[in-house]
Amino acid sequence: MARTDFGPPDFREMLPPVIKENYGQWKYHTVPRPGVLKHVSESGAVLHSVRVASPRLVSSDFIRDISDIAEKYCDGYLRFTTRNNVEFLVSDEARLQPLIDELDAKDYLIGGVGLSISNVVHTQGWIHCKSAVTDASGISKNIMDELHEYFTGKIKVPARLRIAVACCVNMCGACHCSDISVVGIHRTIPRVNDELASKICEIPTTVAACPTGAIRPNPKVKSVTINPEKCMMCGNCTAVCPAIKIMDPPNDGVSIWVGGKLSNARTAPMFSKLAIPFIPNNPPHWPEVTDAVKHLVEVWTSHAREGERMGEWIERIGWERFFKLTDLPFTAKHLDDFTHATTTFRSSTQFKF
Amino acid sequence: MEETKTPLLDELEKGDWPSFVSEIKKAAKKSPGAADLLNQLEVSYKEKIGHWKHGGIVGVKGYGGGVVGRYSDSPEEFPNVKEFHTVRVNQVAGFFYTAEKLRQLADVWDKYGSGLYNMHGSTGDIILLGTVTENLQPCVDELGDIGFDLGGSGGALRTLSCCVGKARCEKACVDSTDIIRDLTLHYQDVIHRPQWPYKFKIKVSACPNDCAAASARSDLAVMGVWRDTLRIDMDAVREYVAKGFNINEQLINKCPTQALSWDADKQELSLCSEDCTRCMHCINVMPKAIRIGTETGATILIGGKVPVVKGPMIGWVLVPFMKMEPPYTELKELVDKITDWWADNAKNRERVGELIERVGLANFLEAIGLKPLPQMVKAPRHNPYIFWNPEEVEKRG
Repeated sequence: MARTDFGPPDFREMLPPVIKENYGQWKYHTVPRPGVLKHVSESGAVLHSVRVASPRLVSSDFIRDISDIAEKYCDGYLRFTTRNNVEFLVSDEARLQPLIDELDAKDYLIGGVGLSISNVVHTQGWIHCKSAVTDASGISKNIMDELHEYFTGKIKVPARLRIAVACCVNMCGACHCSDISVVGIHRTIPRVNDELASKICEIPTTVAACPTGAIRPNPKVKSVTINPEKCMMCGNCTAVCPAIKIMDPPNDGVSIWVGGKLSNARTAPMFSKLAIPFIPNNPPHWPEVTDAVKHLVEVWTSHAREGERMGEWIERIGWERFFKLTDLPFTAKHLDDFTHATTTFRSSTQFKF
Repeated sequence: MEETKTPLLDELEKGDWPSFVSEIKKAAKKSPGAADLLNQLEVSYKEKIGHWKHGGIVGVKGYGGGVVGRYSDSPEEFPNVKEFHTVRVNQVAGFFYTAEKLRQLADVWDKYGSGLYNMHGSTGDIILLGTVTENLQPCVDELGDIGFDLGGSGGALRTLSCCVGKARCEKACVDSTDIIRDLTLHYQDVIHRPQWPYKFKIKVSACPNDCAAASARSDLAVMGVWRDTLRIDMDAVREYVAKGFNINEQLINKCPTQALSWDADKQELSLCSEDCTRCMHCINVMPKAIRIGTETGATILIGGKVPVVKGPMIGWVLVPFMKMEPPYTELKELVDKITDWWADNAKNRERVGELIERVGLANFLEAIGLKPLPQMVKAPRHNPYIFWNPEEVEKRG
């Protein structure tokens, strides 16, 4: 029997000596240039971290290349961030500039620290997910091709901006709490293959999977029926019953959500809210999606006050003014009709014309 | 112009941002699976639809999860991705690695798989992307030889993850990497052998900036806080102001509870400590002058999740303050009480937040033995439909 349940390698064995010696003793940090963090310890010790973008989906060549770079300049020590960036941990300040030079020469993009648009958190998409409505990697690549100067610090932003892309409404990747999220959606109800369902699906589980009670057993054919008036195309039934199909390429596409945040800084965490209900899938460049995201970033950048996240800016000016400034249509699709709908309705006369 | 086999994807090798298509092409030079992945993806780009089947169970000895079956729906056309399974490898806490460890990982994965990775997946694992069924066991065995174990999948405790914490952050109120390391080792059985109604996630963010997105992305979030007072270095404050920092606009006016005030004549920043809600703003903008307090611990939040099934949730405050010292016994006892209650009461695919919503917060608190506290709510109820138990009222006749 093979060895099991030993857990991951101990992080303490992966830390450079300067971190081991100053663990829990860091006093403050500064950002001496975009993409570089300088941490100073109580002891006066200094650690520089150089952050570079990655496409998240990487090859062994990439893994070996960053390992070689880390070995050359960082005694082999590096880490990843929660937003899929790579950080080179430089203990010897003399090796900082040579590292930056090599990263520049190899076209690594240095940035994503502090007041910037950091890397996109995104999902698998068509590359490897069974429920993908779109390709999250492709959309993320196009968005960041357009916005990379916000990552590298060439263009300034009022505050941090977090972008997330999820290939379906499961919203893997904190899409429900990001400044801008792109989320794959369906617009047509699932189709049931009765013969297959009778063989491979548990009917009670399938019925129970529906959050709106739209699915009823169909005992005649040992399958289920879906009430089109109740179905909101969440796709949950397709996850428990493979005989139900929801993919519909001409009608599937993406939606865009804004104003979410997770940090408690100033204001409480916020959900992302619907800005654009539907944009068709248009690979390989998804120009309508990229344009919409860029537009939202530009309107926010030109109107928000210093330090104001997207959601904080919108809360201050009001959603009615957000739709005016962005020139986005407000439609019936923007009115919530699910579990917490009434918490979003306005009961005050304090609004703007 | 030379015709290529993947004209649509080739478009995504242009542009300044690093290209995942170039990464797949690099892997495709050595791996037929990676090559067919690219070919199948090109078809998806053409047809605007994915080409993976609904799943299918695969496994390795001694584990109930950690590997996820993935099969192409067009195996005749793309035989090298007929089986293209995922291996979820538990990442190192805080995502710290050495060049040597990463190279060992690449050697194993080049030998048995596609040479493609997600660094990292949404939950935190290293995702090894694509191999065939017969390679799963030897791959997992050799990963074990270099010290890497599997992560979680299915109705299990999913791989735990955290922010960088005390290893490299001055704002860390708790030792996030150590907590995650300790809990991960303690809970190996429920991570590796799914025995619950659905997934359960735990994440640790060492301060309320929540870099690990714990409150949104985990059923149980541990968030570092302090309960004494901010530490202010007045000389450093004056230095910021002397260098042109607009203290009224950027600090005083943005404090959400008006706990800070600035006396320009005396050059004094004063804090009304009982009004401070530890939002982090002042620390974030004046890192050299203002620091977290010294009586540190964690706030525990419960119920964070994505939309499936009843809508997205951000975790709710469950324990306003808990000391966080190894071996984290109080936290483990709480996790056990919650997961036992949830496993006994949840429906299939019902996350703990949805179960609490269904049965009520009061019933949940009673079941796990916690007292209701005003910190748990934004406001008390505003409807009069209160449940009373028979023992709380006088018996009639």
